[in-house]
Amino acid sequence: MATLSILGGRVIDPATNLDLVTDLHVADGKILTQGAPPADFAADKQIDAKNQIVCPGLVDLSVRLREPGAKHKGTIISETRAAAENGITTVCCPPDTNPVIDTPAIAELLQHRAAAAGMAKVLPLAALTQGLQGEQLAEMGTLKEAGCIGVSNVLPIVNTDVLRHAFEYAANCELTVFLHAIEPWLGEGCAHEGVVSTSLGLQGIPEAAETIEVARDLLLIEMTGVRAHFCRLSTARAVEMVKEAQAKGLPVTADVSAHHLFLTDADINYYDSQCHVSPPLRTQRDKEALREGLLHGGINALCSDHQPHEADAKFNPFALTAAGISGLDTLLPLNLRFAKEMQIDLITALGYVTHKPAQILGIDAGTLAVGSKADICIFDPNHSWTLREDNMHSLGHNSPFLGWEFKGKVNCALIDGKVV
Amino acid sequence: MSSIQLDNQGRLKHFLGIEGLKRALLFEILDTAASFISVGEKAVKKAPILRGKTIINLFFEPSTRTRTTFELAAKRLAADVLNFNINTSSTSKGEALIDMLRNLEAMHCDMFIVRHGASGAAHFMAQHVAPHISIINAGDGQHAHPTQAMLDMYTIRSHKGDFAPLRVAIVGDILHSRVARSDIYALTTLGVTEVRVVGPKTLIPTGIEAFGVKVFNCLQTGLRDIDVVIMLRLQRERMQAALLPSAHEYFQSYGLTEKVLEVTHPDAIVMHPGPINRGVEIDSTVADGTRSVILQQVSNGIAVRMAIMAMTLGAVSTQKGGY
Repeated sequence: MATLSILGGRVIDPATNLDLVTDLHVADGKILTQGAPPADFAADKQIDAKNQIVCPGLVDLSVRLREPGAKHKGTIISETRAAAENGITTVCCPPDTNPVIDTPAIAELLQHRAAAAGMAKVLPLAALTQGLQGEQLAEMGTLKEAGCIGVSNVLPIVNTDVLRHAFEYAANCELTVFLHAIEPWLGEGCAHEGVVSTSLGLQGIPEAAETIEVARDLLLIEMTGVRAHFCRLSTARAVEMVKEAQAKGLPVTADVSAHHLFLTDADINYYDSQCHVSPPLRTQRDKEALREGLLHGGINALCSDHQPHEADAKFNPFALTAAGISGLDTLLPLNLRFAKEMQIDLITALGYVTHKPAQILGIDAGTLAVGSKADICIFDPNHSWTLREDNMHSLGHNSPFLGWEFKGKVNCALIDGKVV
Repeated sequence: MSSIQLDNQGRLKHFLGIEGLKRALLFEILDTAASFISVGEKAVKKAPILRGKTIINLFFEPSTRTRTTFELAAKRLAADVLNFNINTSSTSKGEALIDMLRNLEAMHCDMFIVRHGASGAAHFMAQHVAPHISIINAGDGQHAHPTQAMLDMYTIRSHKGDFAPLRVAIVGDILHSRVARSDIYALTTLGVTEVRVVGPKTLIPTGIEAFGVKVFNCLQTGLRDIDVVIMLRLQRERMQAALLPSAHEYFQSYGLTEKVLEVTHPDAIVMHPGPINRGVEIDSTVADGTRSVILQQVSNGIAVRMAIMAMTLGAVSTQKGGY
């Protein structure tokens, strides 16, 4: 039985509301005790965590691994390693791989390769409809058995009758649906519709592209009783709508990407393709509402919305570039920065990237409670550094945060009690 | 526009957009253009200040007028001109742009004149081109068409003299118009009294008021006491995209006729970047009438483009007399 002790760190566990300088003892891949070790305990390995923060390994609700289908952008090995290097020990992978995760074979392939890599754990989401085409239901029951943690269509389902049945069937399988609220016709542009898109001559995506979908989805959630999670809200209005639905008792949660908490459409400046994301960066008012939503309800968790790209994908006039940010390297740093800017305590802030997303996924992760899996992140909260292409761990270097100074750097991560 | 188009002395290095250019620089362009006007009227139409320079017209969108006037402008300055008309549908998405750029760089050219369907294309090229090459934006997507704006300003100035007292209306498809955006920046920089945009709600872009313009949805109201009317071309595709019911109804509501012009200032001039759609946005009697300066715009375009090319290549650093 492999044993390990993490000594003298400031242990923060949002799930149990713990913030204490203490020791953690790990045996057989699980947290054995906090504080003093059992009498007969002998650690095979000791980690000195003095002046470090010891928190649950981060749980990231949306990470594109790019495998299968786009290995020039990222691979299961490269991206699960990048996640682990950044203290992220569990990643949830959307089904829009190529081929799509709509058969058990693909779901299993992903998990086998991830297990072989031995880095961050990968939890696939299954397609809601076959091929994400929005026409025929995917084999949700079988996909759940094959390890899929939820269902998502990523792309819009135009036919509302299909969407209704997909919700009903997902509810029947006791699967959470992960929703990307972008109305396909209004959502055709590449930037938030407003002064910036008008000035740059970019096709705009109005707020209603998101709120119309959220409204439609909420009505169908109420009708079908499915548990639903809204992925990456971007508008103040949508946050308000989800908050109201939560107050009414609907089984809905939502997340926001780290970049939407820090950037607005003004950051596109003169066609900075690193700021080309979907949903688009919106206004200052939206940014503030997203921050408020995380603090006071409406939004439950923070994720990286990791989408690595090769350099060429961003090397073109704005509208012709691929959307997305490589976010694994900045999830914890931006979260810490958010905590500082909003003056919130670390228990709360770390909860957004550990306990809360684990709750949404319904998994035993994101906590340091005795008996839980020893997925742990140890970071130095005082280490100042600057994000550069050469210190990014992801294969994708597409980040608008290159050159930003951060405080807080991961020293090591443990997955099932093993240092990775 | 970002400072990428100016060198550290504030002189033009590229010409990508009007936004961010100072009033003095716009006047310098207009004054320089004035000095080139006479070249076109001489028997030997040359002001050979760009002799030995190679200029490439790189057009990813079809154009006759703009490309031809750029070509004439370059030739009158004695530069060598090459035309590349690239059919974007035959190349894979976007790839052509940077690869074309690298290939042409290797041919030791001095200037690229670029028209491209993607907003920001000229800016993108200016960011990545070799440092000795200048980029002139001949229209990028729905973003900017700054040489058109300068020839519009030249034409307005030649008729009205002073910009300060003027009220200018830009009429039509503002949403898709790079000309409208560049004209708005130029007019507000030159300090006219009022800029109005006139069109149906479907063709007025969100947030346009932030550019210092007033929005009118009614043509009659929008043209009241106006000194300069700039009509925009209406593309047929707008009807397919459900932005308008029909060309007929558009003409009924927004077509420029002699009757509608009665509400303008008696000396009002009518402009259009061309090519015009007779009976769609403008009536023939107006297009061919006494207030129309549409063909003068075309002639002025050559001198204005000569000025911008010469200034961007550093061949004229300050205001000069005639040639």
